[in-house]
This record gives sequence, C-alpha cells and structure tokens, in this order.
Amino acid sequence: MTLIINEEQQMLKESAQGFFAEFAPISEFRRLREGGSDYCDVLWKRMVDMGWAAILVPEKYGGLGFGHVGMGQVMEQGGRALAASPLFSSAIVGVSIINLTGSEKQKETLLPQIADGQITLALAVDETRHHGPTDIALSALKTPDGFKLSGRKLGVVDGHCSTKLIVAARTSGEFGDKEGISLFLVDSNTPGIDIKTIPTVDSRSVSTVSFNDAIVPIENLLGSENGGFKGLSAVLDIANAHLAAELLGIASESFDRTLQYLKQRKQFGSFIGSFQALQHRAAHWWSEIELCKSIVLKSLSAIDEGDVRTSELASIAKAKLCEVAELSTNEAIQMHGGVGMTDEYDIGFFIKRARPAQMLFGDYSYHGDRFALMTGY
Amino acid sequence: MTDLQTFRNETREWLAENCPASMRVPMQNDNDTCWGGRNPTFSCEDQKLWMERMAAKGWTAPMWAVEYGGGGLNREEAKVLREEMAKIKARRPLNSFGIDMLGPALIKFGSEELKRQHLPPIVRGEIRWCQGYSEPNAGSDLAGLQTKAMDMGDYFIVNGQKVWTSYADKADWMFCLVRTDSDGKKQMGISLVLFDMKTPGVTPKPIKLISGSSPFCETFLDDVKVDKSQVVGEINHGWTIAKYLLTHEREMIGGFGTRDAGFRSLGQYAAESMGIKQGRLANQLLRNDVIRWEIDAAAFALTADRVADEAKAGQGVGATSAMLKYYGTELNKRRFETMMKLKGGEAIEWEGEASRDGWLARSWLRTKGNSIEGGTSEVQLNIIAKNILGLG
Repeated sequence: MTLIINEEQQMLKESAQGFFAEFAPISEFRRLREGGSDYCDVLWKRMVDMGWAAILVPEKYGGLGFGHVGMGQVMEQGGRALAASPLFSSAIVGVSIINLTGSEKQKETLLPQIADGQITLALAVDETRHHGPTDIALSALKTPDGFKLSGRKLGVVDGHCSTKLIVAARTSGEFGDKEGISLFLVDSNTPGIDIKTIPTVDSRSVSTVSFNDAIVPIENLLGSENGGFKGLSAVLDIANAHLAAELLGIASESFDRTLQYLKQRKQFGSFIGSFQALQHRAAHWWSEIELCKSIVLKSLSAIDEGDVRTSELASIAKAKLCEVAELSTNEAIQMHGGVGMTDEYDIGFFIKRARPAQMLFGDYSYHGDRFALMTGY
Repeated sequence: MTDLQTFRNETREWLAENCPASMRVPMQNDNDTCWGGRNPTFSCEDQKLWMERMAAKGWTAPMWAVEYGGGGLNREEAKVLREEMAKIKARRPLNSFGIDMLGPALIKFGSEELKRQHLPPIVRGEIRWCQGYSEPNAGSDLAGLQTKAMDMGDYFIVNGQKVWTSYADKADWMFCLVRTDSDGKKQMGISLVLFDMKTPGVTPKPIKLISGSSPFCETFLDDVKVDKSQVVGEINHGWTIAKYLLTHEREMIGGFGTRDAGFRSLGQYAAESMGIKQGRLANQLLRNDVIRWEIDAAAFALTADRVADEAKAGQGVGATSAMLKYYGTELNKRRFETMMKLKGGEAIEWEGEASRDGWLARSWLRTKGNSIEGGTSEVQLNIIAKNILGLG
C-alpha cells in the first residue's frame, strides 16, 4: 500500500480534530484536573456517540470495521489534545483482545456492548514496575466453581473505571514462561478483587488490582487455557502501535506550539526564531517528526494488512516515538524558556503525558531489545 | 491478475534470466560500481553484460520516456522493478550523474534538441557526466559563483575554476554553472551550460582525499568555447534549474547506504563481526548503537517512500529533499562509525588482504564528505528552517 491515508481516514482525522477542539481542548483538561473529576464519563459518552468505540469492531458485530489506520488518526489527535478517555483501553485494547482471542459467542455478546459503550474493558498484565508480558505469577487455579485468581497487577490503566478487566494469569509453568499464560474476562466488582487507584504525573491514574481468591466462571476464559500469550502478544503490538500514534500527536503538538512561540517571542530586539542556534534545533526536531509519521502509519497499516512484520514494526514504531516524544517535550520546554516551566503555560502538560505513554507496555529499551532479538542479534 | 501483477511476474522472470549471478552479490569495492562512459572500465565481463542488458530495456533510467531511450515505466512499475531487483540483491547496473542529476533537469527545462542529443547516450551508459558547481570561493554560498561566460554571439567563452567536480578526470561531458551577468542580484545572471571535456581549455586535476582516493577534481577552465545551443533553459535563469538539480543530488546522496540493495543489514553485519551470546550481540554497548541505527534507518527508509507517495499524490512540501539529504547522510556516517567499532583491529588496516586493502577504513573516511557535498548538513537545516518552518 502507499503511505498516504485514504479519504475515509482523512475524514476521521478531520472529525477528530473538530471533536477535540470543541469538547476536549486543553482548557477542559485543566478544568478536569482542578475539579479532580473523572475522565471516563461525559467525554467518553460523546466519543461513543461519535461511533469511535465501534471503529475497530467488525461490521458483523455491529461495528464500523474502519481499521487501525483510521483509529490511529483519532489517537494522534487525542494525543495533541491530551484527551483522557477509555478509548485506548476499551475500544482498542479491549476490542482487539475479544476479537483476536474470544469465542464466537463471546464476540457476539461483548463486542456490541463495547461498541455502544455499555461496558468498558481494561487490560491487567504487568506485575512488576517494568513491562514484561511473560513476567506473570498471578495464579489461576481451576476449581469446581471456576478459576480462582490470586495475585496482584500493577499499573492498570483505566482500572478504576472499567466494568471488566482482562487479566493475564498463570495456569501453568513458571514466572517468565510464555507457555502457561491464560487470559480471563473478569467483572471488576467480583468479590475478592480490590482496586486501589494512584494518581499519576499526567493527571490520570493507574490502579493496583489485588486478587484474593476471586472466582471467575470457566466460560470467562478467553482463548485456550495455557496458550494465552500469542493473543496477548498480538494485542500488545496493536496497543503499542496506537500508543505510538498518541505519542506522535504529543510530539507534533509540542513542536507546533514551540514553532509558534519562536515566531512570537522577541529577545535582543529580534524574534528568537531568527537565531540559527534555535533554527537548526527546530529543523532537526522537525525531521525527526517526519520519520515518526512514516513509521506510525506503516505500523498501523501493517496490522490492517496482516503483514508478517507487524510485531517488528510495532516495536520500531514504539521505540522511535519514545525517543522523539522525549526529544520533543524536552525541547518544547527549553525553547519556551522560563514560561515553559510554569503551570500557567500548557506546554508543560505534554511532557507529563508523554512519559507515562512511553512507559506503558514497554519503553525504548524494551522495544529496542525486542526488535533486535526478533532480527537475530 | 492485475496489470501490475503481470508486470511483476514478467519482470521477475526477465531478471532471473538476465541478471548474472555475480551481479547479485554485495559490491566488494569501488571498482564494482559501474559508471559507463566513452572509456568504461568494467571489473568483469558480467558487469558490462548487466549494464547493456538493462540499458537495452531502458531500465537504467526506468521512468524516462521511451523516445529518449528510457524504460517508460510509471511510478508503480518502477517501484516493482526496484523491489524485484532488491529481492535478488541485484546491483545497480549503471551509476550515473546523467541519470540522477542532469537527466531530470534536462527533461524539465531542456529544449527538445538537447533532450534528443543527450538523454539516449546517458541511458546507454555511453557518456559519463560530471557536475561543475562549486568553486574555491563558492561552496555553501553557491550563488556567489564567479566562473565567467563571455557572450560572443553564437557562443560563450568560459573562464574560471571549478572544484569538487566528481570524477571530472573520468567524465566525458560537464554540466556547468557559469555567470552570464554580473549586474544585479547574484542569483540572477547564472546559466547552466553543457560542454565536452575534450574541449580545448578544460583541465581536470584530481584532489587526493583523506580516504586515499581521488573521486573529486579541481577543473580549470581557460577560454573554453561553448556553443549557445548547449544552454539548458534560458540564459541568466540557470539558478532555478541549479536548485532543481540540487534537490535531485540531495535525494541521491541522502539515499546512500539505506536503499542500496547490495548492503547487508547492520544487525547482521554486527552479528557476524562480534558474535552472539545468549541471543544478543556480544557487546552490549555496541548493540545499543546498532539498534538505534536500525530503528532510525527503518523509519528513514519509510519516510523516503512516503515522501515519494505524497509527491505522486500532489501532497507534501517540496523542500523535503533537504531533510532526506540531511538525515540520510548523517545516518550513513553513523553506520560507518559503528561498522568501524564492530570490526575492531581489522577496521584500521589500510592495506592487506584481510581488510581488502582497507575497504572499511577508506569507505568510512569517505562518508565524512556525505554531509558536506551537495550542501552541508548545516545548509540543509537552514533550508528546512527557512522554507518549511518559515523561520527568518
């Protein structure tokens, strides 16, 4: 395929631009932050009305079947607006897990409910402070009543507001093994589950979810028992491609705002954008973002096309975007000077969202290492 | 089956039959690059055969019109040809400044007579061109060039000195920027002229580089007679053509090392050079360098594709060639720095069999020029800042 978005995807991008400008400008982010109110509510309902929760749901399950390049446009614009919502957790990660690992019956039941916003999903995978999809100790023991889950998940995004959790648990094997991981669909209010929410640097939150002998019905197993890693891994590729799209939005917006500032701010009687020291840094920064646009688009279209290099491209995209989001948010503050350090200026919000998005499901070091291993070194 | 699929199958078959096996292995040294020309040097018979077979199909310049000897392929077909060549690791049949630089400018700005005179011999690899742009006092400030062309009615008399003329000592013709008007703005009053290197008064003198080779010359021009029929475009309006030609040069240089089918991946090169320990390259710090390079190179190669796709769709910004040149050359320098470290002691050998007479050391030193020739990295950043970002 060509590396250009098609008309349908372009329309989705433009409608996302309009939506975020109207309902989720940075001022709204500020208001939510000050009020301490929850982001999973009003804005999410509007997104569902836009049909965004149905973008990835296949048409036969009541969805739009627009694909990942289309959804990536929404993620990128959401990154520009710093808009928090369960879109990523539920409509991207949740939908993909059900779609890739669920039985026909599970798909028929769950996908339409996600698509119309009745339920939201959140993925609980990591148990240590670093991403490691095989580093799973949380046990699921088969009993006559169902699977009994015991253990603890860290850093669960949207864990506090989702109606259901997807839990990666160990049904056999050892911590670190690919074999023996199983995926479960778990109601958040199941007895024995305790969810503790911790505010994070981006004014969002993550949850620590403890499972104390929580019983999950047998029919809530997603995919095969012990063979859950393959589906989990495929979903993490999808998740990382979309996080890369969000990071592209963050990097691009940081750049655009800084470029405007360079053309407005005067020192020594001149616009600071006339100084070559800053011009060259801005030009290099722009070049890096151009590379990011290409790899993000390619990694998303690879998913849509079932490209054999999908995993490789997802890791390249996430790694590259981690690097450039870091560059972008750091340069944005430095080039804004003192005002870049103030809470009054919006520019500082981007660095605070970038780092959690970089870290989620693997940062530069994780994905660089993974990519190298995949290509034989 | 679509037309493109049919074309792909036919191309694959033709390549399988016509590309000699020895032209499907990575190039060993500079002699393996085929330049053609009046007095061509071929490293082996296969190299000659490969060039001639491809030239006969017009596939040395796949997208040029058939009437000028080109392959007449559209963009999609040309991409298919590139892909199929890459699949069998086929070498480029003909390296040519005529194809990469002069040709596109002639096609866009040249008269019908000039096109018919010069394009077909370029495609066939019969005439090797060199570029007379830089002067001792006009490097980054190219528009300040002083080589003077005096109007003698039907012809010009050219006097001056060019420098960094690539392979001028081996080239047959030169495309050359000269000053035809010294009044007014320096960008006005420049013309692009073509002349045979055999013309009396043309004296190329090789410059020895830190790499030990002499790919560049100083070229002295003393009372060189150039017929006015050999002016490309209008007299005094050569700067526009020069800039257009520079964008092609930038793209060509920016593509070094990343789109070359003859190259192995750096990761593979690293694994072969340093060995693997428990699935990972034996040296952790070097592994980081290799990973960073591979990630950037992958994103860069996709960007070159995307820019081409956007250009075809009439989108995008024209000055992106400055970005490709800047990023591509910096990447190539990084690649060779990393290769030096990966090869260890062998990398510093200047002569001898093991190092193939210091191929790596010499190539590494040569890459230092990538970010200077065709406009320095700093000039490219200036172009991006001014033309794309609007910073004045």
